[in-house]
Amino acid sequence: MKPRRKPTLAVWKFASCDGCQLSILDCEDELLAVAGVVDVANFPEASRAVKRGPYDLSLVEGSITTPHDAERIHQIRRASRVLVTIGACATSGGLQALRNFANVAEWIPVVYASPEVIHTLGTSTPISAHVKVDYELRGCPVDKKQLLEVVNAFVLGRRPVLPSHSVCLDCKARGTACVTVARGVPCLGPVTHTGCGALCPAYGRGCFGCFGPIKEPATPALGEVLRRHGWSDARIAQAYRAYNAGAGAFRQAGDVHERA
Amino acid sequence: MSERKQAVLERGNRTVRVPVLARVEGEGGLHIRVKDGKVAQVRLDIFEPPRFFEAFMRGRPYSDAPDFTARICGICPVAYQMSAVHAIERAFGITPEPAVRALRRLLYCGEWIESHALHVYMLHAPDFLGYESGLHLAKDHGEIVARGLRLKKIGNSLVTCVGGREIHPISAKVGGFWRMPPRAELLRLVEDLKWARDAAIETVRWVAGFEFPDFERDYEFVALRHPDEYPLCEGRVVSSAGIDIDPADYERTFVEEHVHHSNALHSHIVGRAGYFVGPLARYSLNADRLSPIAKQAATEAKLGTECRNPFRSIIVRAVETVWAVDEALRIIESYEPCDPPAAPVAPHAGRGCAVTEAPRGILYHRYDLAPDGTIEASRIVPPTAQNLGTVERDLAAFVGSNLSLDTEKLTWKCEQAVRNYDPCISCATHFLKLDLRRE
Repeated sequence: MKPRRKPTLAVWKFASCDGCQLSILDCEDELLAVAGVVDVANFPEASRAVKRGPYDLSLVEGSITTPHDAERIHQIRRASRVLVTIGACATSGGLQALRNFANVAEWIPVVYASPEVIHTLGTSTPISAHVKVDYELRGCPVDKKQLLEVVNAFVLGRRPVLPSHSVCLDCKARGTACVTVARGVPCLGPVTHTGCGALCPAYGRGCFGCFGPIKEPATPALGEVLRRHGWSDARIAQAYRAYNAGAGAFRQAGDVHERA
Repeated sequence: MSERKQAVLERGNRTVRVPVLARVEGEGGLHIRVKDGKVAQVRLDIFEPPRFFEAFMRGRPYSDAPDFTARICGICPVAYQMSAVHAIERAFGITPEPAVRALRRLLYCGEWIESHALHVYMLHAPDFLGYESGLHLAKDHGEIVARGLRLKKIGNSLVTCVGGREIHPISAKVGGFWRMPPRAELLRLVEDLKWARDAAIETVRWVAGFEFPDFERDYEFVALRHPDEYPLCEGRVVSSAGIDIDPADYERTFVEEHVHHSNALHSHIVGRAGYFVGPLARYSLNADRLSPIAKQAATEAKLGTECRNPFRSIIVRAVETVWAVDEALRIIESYEPCDPPAAPVAPHAGRGCAVTEAPRGILYHRYDLAPDGTIEASRIVPPTAQNLGTVERDLAAFVGSNLSLDTEKLTWKCEQAVRNYDPCISCATHFLKLDLRRE
């Protein structure tokens, strides 16, 4: 029987800190096994060997912040059978999406000595604002076990199986006493997507939303709770304007509290 | 080779182009033009897009700084957290508890171990042995790469144990930690760390046996120096040409300029040329502060008390890994958590500066804070930005004396020369906003 061709994997970078693609290299126990079942065809952070596309699976890190990148993502989409975004930057625009609320477009001609040399957009946008995305993996950074599940799933030709509940439920499962109820610490856990294993509350601090919003988050109800624990509307807005500021529900909640 | 190409080569005209530099963190390219047998132009192109950190931190509470700036770099987030907390504590006049100080050093050791192991095994060693990547290297030398990955993993488990997760850990804060691990949690790492110390010593022996180009330049080395420790979070900024300043005077001594082909700024010393930060500088200025085991490893590798060949930085990284593991074991041995895990913070208006030693070299942070602790302005100078000018000058010198190599070989060697610096281009680029604001 003819051996099956190994699926090709490509990793792409846009505006980001490199942490999510580093998660691949941080799979120390699994890395060599992964390299055994996929053909690492384009992964500049790890290898100078580059194979031409098309690619079976493209992992995309980072957000779109330059006109050139807005073009480049289309080329990558065309060269990719399956395209998965990894992390908050690629999935919601990342921390650098704070520029979206600051009217950077007006600064550019004022602040750049040579605007023709450095091209930047006034916004930082997720990959899905530009091309079709087959799956979005959240987190700032992504969880490496979830990343492995995504790679596994696509190698096996199935959808990844990952939970979508809130961080709040993870605290219950982990047996962490609610930091808000027990100690009055403001926490975004009730509206934030699972993925970290409810890490921050276990360390005595409130969740700061690095996995972005759950589906249909009860942000008005949480706003009431946060106000009761002494946070001003301005401070609540700031909490949403962070690692996933560009994610729909967090953007809207930020707007609501900013106007309040 | 085509006749035309051959003719061009004979005239000594050629171009070395690496559109995307591999095995570095972030996006950069390399462009070298040779004309009439002489190096006419060397450009390290940085096209990593700017992310405007200093701009969007304005108006945020001081407490956001450690977690926000960590996102400048996924490879060395602890460095950003440490420079941020130390700078802000200086502004507020906070002296952390000795236990906090020890735990911070431990966290930083974890980052040094994982970052150095990654660079030595997966990013740099393949160049010396003629492999395209650590994965290619693993096909022929599986056991060696497995050792490197386990070493890296132990560094990461140290960061995870103290900080909660390996990338963008969550426990560091101004004043101390959100949570200090009980002693028992750290003791569980001791067996692995003992293995890691041996593995790191083996690593030194392994890389010391590589072949190194005969290449030295007369660098001005810049690093932290502490009265009795190999430097991590504290000390004065010193140089091999006599600089000896408090970190608060950093901006009076080092200046940056905007270089057109780059989305990053290049640093130089006021009235002088570029300088060199990172393992080679740290070692050459602090070899006497290494632990006995690390010193012995350095002696065995014939490093001397100073090393000016950047290709040998891989040996220095390995020696520093020995030191970091040894230091981690020393810290754990006498560690006891304190309660509360963080000193109380009373914000007031002020300015605070700090320099810490990221795996790639000194990382400067400055914060100007309002009376309620809101960030009014900040400035961040990452190590790679400080090295960029020096990398370009290395390349010019290296290419100039290696023109006999064919272009393919020369290109690879040039890539290797860039990787000597373990450059983190994501870091180097984040701060363009700074340049803008001064105009």
